[in-house]
Amino acid sequence: MSATSYGWLVLAFPLAGTLIVGLGWRWLAGRTAGWIATTMIGLAFAASIGALVQLLGDPVDARQHTSSLYDYASAAGLDIKLNVLVDPLSVYMCLIVSGVSMLIHLYSISYMTSDRGFNRFFAYLNFFVFSMLLLVLAGNIVLLIVGWAFVGFASYALISFWYRRTTATRAGMKAFVINVVGDVGMVLAALFIFRDLGTFDLLSIFSRAQDTFHTNQGVVVAICCLLLVGAFAKSAQVPLHTWLPDAMEGPTPVSALIHAATMVTAGVYLIARFHPLFEIGLTAADIAAFVGLATLLIAATIALVVTDLKRIIAYSTMSQIGYMVMGVGIGAYSEGLFHLMTHAFFKALLFMAAGSVIGAMANRQNIDLMGGFRKAMPFTSAMLLIGALALAAFPLTSGWFSKDEILDFAAYRGGFYVIFTVGGYIGALLTAFYAFRIGFRVVFGEPCEEARELEQGHIHHAEPENPATGEPEDTDVGFPGPSHQIAEREWPMKIAMSILGFGALFAGFVQIPGVDDVVHRFLHGSFLDSKLYEQGPSTTAAYHGLLIGGLISVLGIAIAYYAYLRNRGWTAALQRRFPWAHDFLERKWYFDEAIDVLVVRPALAVGRWSNSIFERYVVQGLVVAVTDLVRGANAGVRGVQSGYLRSYALLLVTGFAGLGLYFLLQSS
Amino acid sequence: MDITWYLVLSALLFAVGVSGVLLRRSPLVILLCLELMLNAGNLALLAFSRSLGNQDGQVFALIVMVIAACEVVVGLGIIVAAYRRRIPLNVDDLRSLRG
Repeated sequence: MSATSYGWLVLAFPLAGTLIVGLGWRWLAGRTAGWIATTMIGLAFAASIGALVQLLGDPVDARQHTSSLYDYASAAGLDIKLNVLVDPLSVYMCLIVSGVSMLIHLYSISYMTSDRGFNRFFAYLNFFVFSMLLLVLAGNIVLLIVGWAFVGFASYALISFWYRRTTATRAGMKAFVINVVGDVGMVLAALFIFRDLGTFDLLSIFSRAQDTFHTNQGVVVAICCLLLVGAFAKSAQVPLHTWLPDAMEGPTPVSALIHAATMVTAGVYLIARFHPLFEIGLTAADIAAFVGLATLLIAATIALVVTDLKRIIAYSTMSQIGYMVMGVGIGAYSEGLFHLMTHAFFKALLFMAAGSVIGAMANRQNIDLMGGFRKAMPFTSAMLLIGALALAAFPLTSGWFSKDEILDFAAYRGGFYVIFTVGGYIGALLTAFYAFRIGFRVVFGEPCEEARELEQGHIHHAEPENPATGEPEDTDVGFPGPSHQIAEREWPMKIAMSILGFGALFAGFVQIPGVDDVVHRFLHGSFLDSKLYEQGPSTTAAYHGLLIGGLISVLGIAIAYYAYLRNRGWTAALQRRFPWAHDFLERKWYFDEAIDVLVVRPALAVGRWSNSIFERYVVQGLVVAVTDLVRGANAGVRGVQSGYLRSYALLLVTGFAGLGLYFLLQSS
Repeated sequence: MDITWYLVLSALLFAVGVSGVLLRRSPLVILLCLELMLNAGNLALLAFSRSLGNQDGQVFALIVMVIAACEVVVGLGIIVAAYRRRIPLNVDDLRSLRG
């Protein structure tokens, strides 16, 4: 089978899973739906491996294949096919997406067991994977935007999965609206591209762009900026990031899958995919890098003070995606995508461990209430610490290799790009600190009540309540299930977490400077036309970078150790000393408030004005004018219908006489 | 053949018919006047037919007569039915079609 056939299979399996579970949910009892969904994603993963094997058999410069199923539209120079592009980049993304998704599906089988919406959950989840794979495999912009929008919908449906929680439905709407802002950017970019290059096909765009545009031409920068709007909205970059922390209202596996490992990295994929345009519109690439830097610092500082366990990890996700966006913005494509892979492993792992902890806490998420789970949950604690180590870029873990590669590349490019290296290292220090803020506070310290209860062998059960607002809830459809699962007691959760833990620890070894560069070499086939791809820091410089990164990581962990284990009052004292700083960070740099004042309120004011003034006087005035006109004409016509036979006859006669007279005058 | 006199007669008959339709109130008389108008038309048709030497006009006149006969049957039927139901036989009183 050819590589493209495997590409189609990758799409077919999740779609089949969606249809089977989505249409047959009524007849699927127990955990059947979960197993079907997991199997389908597993098959998609197998097909991705098939495509990988096929691609590896091709020479490096002939690894881009397209295949079209049918012409969707073909008229007047417009040629939109339903086609996939199978090349190293898309296969790489497919492997990550389907692989991590498979594990998260497996985890969800246990995690969602007691939820009344079990089958609905897996239908949505499979649909999400299908959309995401469609996004990465799309061979033209139109199909890419379709996948892009599908993914946005799947995200909305899964954030609002517990639809009786008003906080969850609001969060879903917020995510959807902000994502649509990005979609608009994407569509406009596609129209610009079509106007200037006359095609929607990705490979033709890339080959024509080099001949049509010159460096930093206005229109290319505009196209790239519009693409960036889409990328920033999907990847939660400043200022379109506010939906991601709220998205934590969804079930924890959703946070792991969509809001950590896969969907939010779509922006990184988009920038890497459109690298030929970004290398012409250099200004836009620099904008991307600066926004990535700003995001990684802002998110890292917010993560220092947030107390909701899942929201801390959400902010760390934003921050890590900031690194990736910065990486692909400065031209470190393989490095950024490598970080995407390692991040998918350790962040999914962190979320899974967090889900297990939250299960033990009876759905409470405040880390102020947690502590001392190391004896009660040894496995979860170990996994949480592995995830935190990789997130903190501790030496020899995967995050250490991938993060420092990006920063080394920035240093290698010199000039003002050094800002990115320095800013990245500051972010790394903060990352190490907050990663172990989670690690030390949850795993070590005095066991909390729930941990002690679990040590005696039973999971704490509390009255179900909304962790965000504290409102009481029941456990019917649309609410979380009655019982809570922990990894210690559920083997599917354990297996999923073990595999990811292995990846989080050892995935970095595929790309050791001077030893091997598997990812870099494999992805080369997609970046043949890139001027920056073959460049990079020397091995010595890379090792210097790794050394600095390792030291910073250890320093951050040491500070966290001091703050949370040795000298426990220290953070509280800091908070009392600098209340304004704490407030500023706790209010998330006032982004929500700023957006509220700048966008939401004006929009609401316009809406209110339209409703009270425009609607009442202009729209209703038009309607009333039309009805009055009709009524008046009606009265006139009715007056003629007098009922007098002889007046009708008179009208008839005069009419005919008039007509006759007219024709007589015409003919003479 | 000069058809002027025939046409003048036809026009006069037609005018008499029209004035009858417009001025009289009895449906019976209105019907009669309608017949007068139709036959004025017939006269014009015949006159033209003779003058042009074309037989089509005569055929038309025959058809008009047939139609006029049918119309009279229907009209008289309505009038008789109205009379039997004691509906006033005055077109100015029959105004139920007023809009």
